[in-house]
Amino acid sequence: MLACPKMFDIDTIRKDFPILEREIEGRKLVYLDSAATSQKPQSVIDALVNYYADYNANIHRGVHTLSEEATAAYEGVREKIQAFIGAPQSKEIIFTRNATEAINLVASTWGKQNIKAGDEILLTPLEHHSNLVPWQMLAAEVGAKIVFAELTADGRLDLDSCRRLITSKTKLVAMTQMSNVLGTIVPVAAVAKLAHAQGALMLVDGAQSVPHLPVAVKELGCDFLVFSMHKMLGPTGVGVLWAPAEILESMPPYMGGGDMISAVWRDRALYNQLPWKFEAGTPNIADVIASGAAIDYLAQLGMDNVRAHEVEITEYALKRLRDLPGITIYGPESSQDRGGVISFNFAGLHPHDLGQIVNEDGVAIRVGHHCCQPLMRDMNVTGTARASFYIYNTKEEVDALYKALENAQKVLGHVACR
Amino acid sequence: MSLADDLYRETILDHYHQPRNQGVLEGPSVLTVEGVNPLCGDELTLYLDVKDGLIADVAIKSHGCSINTASASMMTESVKGQPLAKVQTLIDTFKKMMMEKDSQVTLPEEMEELEVLEGVKKYPVRIKCALLPWNTLLEGLQCSATGAGQAKPKVVTSE
Repeated sequence: MLACPKMFDIDTIRKDFPILEREIEGRKLVYLDSAATSQKPQSVIDALVNYYADYNANIHRGVHTLSEEATAAYEGVREKIQAFIGAPQSKEIIFTRNATEAINLVASTWGKQNIKAGDEILLTPLEHHSNLVPWQMLAAEVGAKIVFAELTADGRLDLDSCRRLITSKTKLVAMTQMSNVLGTIVPVAAVAKLAHAQGALMLVDGAQSVPHLPVAVKELGCDFLVFSMHKMLGPTGVGVLWAPAEILESMPPYMGGGDMISAVWRDRALYNQLPWKFEAGTPNIADVIASGAAIDYLAQLGMDNVRAHEVEITEYALKRLRDLPGITIYGPESSQDRGGVISFNFAGLHPHDLGQIVNEDGVAIRVGHHCCQPLMRDMNVTGTARASFYIYNTKEEVDALYKALENAQKVLGHVACR
Repeated sequence: MSLADDLYRETILDHYHQPRNQGVLEGPSVLTVEGVNPLCGDELTLYLDVKDGLIADVAIKSHGCSINTASASMMTESVKGQPLAKVQTLIDTFKKMMMEKDSQVTLPEEMEELEVLEGVKKYPVRIKCALLPWNTLLEGLQCSATGAGQAKPKVVTSE
C-alpha cells in the first residue's frame, strides 16, 4: 500500500493515482473533470479491495471477528469525517448514497415537518438540480414558495438581495458553497447569520466545496451540511449529511427498515438512536470504509495546501485561456472568489463538439448544462464547456488543454462562422 | 479513421456553418414540435407544413451542436416536397442506419448526403444528437395524422 505524502508534492501525488498513467487515443490522459467525480488514489482502491478480501461481513449485530472488524472500520470512518469537518459529535454524521440523497432526506423529514403553506425557501440561481428539485417537490406538496437570491453580473452572490429576500416567511435557506458551473465561492457563513436572524435554518450544499476548501461546520454556522465522497477521492455511493444532534433528533426517520430500529412489535417500532435512525438497511459498508482512506489522504495533504494548489492552477488557467480568440469565460474574475472550476464557450462553437475534439488529445472536460439548466437559461446558453482541477493537476495539463482547444477551433472552422 | 474523418467531415461542417431551412414558418396549417436533448439541454423547434399529403414546407430553429445542426439541415432538404409515405420511409431508413450496429443500409437518392452521419455511430453519445431532428419530425407527422393540429404536441426527446 502506498503511503500518503507528507507534504504537497505534485509528482508524489500523481504517482498515487494509477489512472493518470492511462492513455486516451494514444495520448496521456489529462483529466480535467474532477468537479464531476475525482480520481482515486491507490490507498482508496486498496481499502475497498481489502475489505472484500479480508473482512467482508455485515455490520452492527455480528458477534464474529469479521463483523466486529467491519463494524469498527465503518464506524471509524464516521469519526474521521467528524474530525475532517470539525463536527462536535460523530453521531451527527449520517451516511447516505450521495449529496442528493442527503438533501432529499432533509426535505422529506425536517422539511415536511417544518415547512408549511405560505412559507418560503430561499435558494440561489447557482444551485445544482439536486439542491433545487427536492425543494420544488416539497414546495408543491405543502404549498410553500421558492424564492431565488440574485447574482452579480460576474456570477457572485448578491448579499443585498439575501438581506432583502430573507424574511420572517423564510423557513429554510439552502445554497451551494461553491458553484459547479461558475466556480463561485459563496459566503455562506454571512448568509447563515441572515437566515438565523429571521428564524430560518441554513442548508449548505458542500458537494463542490468540502473536497476543495478547508470547511469547518462551526465556521459555516449552518444547520445542515451535505457532501459526496466520490468528488473527494472516495468511491461512488457515499454521501454525508451533517446536522447538530438536536436537529437530527427532532426529525422523523427517512426510511424504515433494519438497523434504524431499537425494537419492533407487530404494530409499531421504536426507532434507533443517532446516527443509525437515518441509516435503514445494510449500508454501503465497503465504500464507506474506502472513504476513510480518502479522508486520510486529504487530511495528510492539508486542505489549506489543497486550496493553495488549486488557486495557483486556476489563476494560471484563467490567464492562459483568456488568450484564446473568441472565448467567453464565465464567473468571477478573481481566483480568490472561485474554486478550481472554469466554464467557457467559444463564439459559434458548440460545447459538445469542443468536448469531443479535445478528447482526441486525451483531454477530459465536461460539456453541457452541468445539471444547472436554470442557470444556463439565465446565462442565455444551452451549455458550456467546463474544465475543473484537483490536487493532481499540473500547469502542463493546462497547456495541453490550451493546445487542444486551439486545435478544436481549427477542426471546426474559424471562430464565429455562424 | 480519425475523428475529423468520422465526425467533422466537410459536408457536416458545411451544414453546421450554413444550415438549410433554418427559421420559423407561420400560417394556419403550420405545426410546431419541440425537441430536447436531455444530455446537453439542446433544444430545437420544428415547423411543419403538411398540405395534400406532402411536406409543403419545413423549417427548424435551433442552436445545436454540429452533428445535430447538420443532421437537421440535411433532413429538411431530403424531406421537403416529399409525400408523407416517402418521408416515413426516409425516417425509418435513417434511424436504421444510425441505430443498428451492422446495418447495410443503402440510402435512397434524396438522402445520399446523410451517409456522412454514419461515422457518428462510433460515438454512441452523439447518436442522440443526430437522431433528435428525425424523432421530432416523426412526432410532427403523428400529430399531423391524428389532427392534433395547432395544439402544441408534447416535447420530444432524443432518448
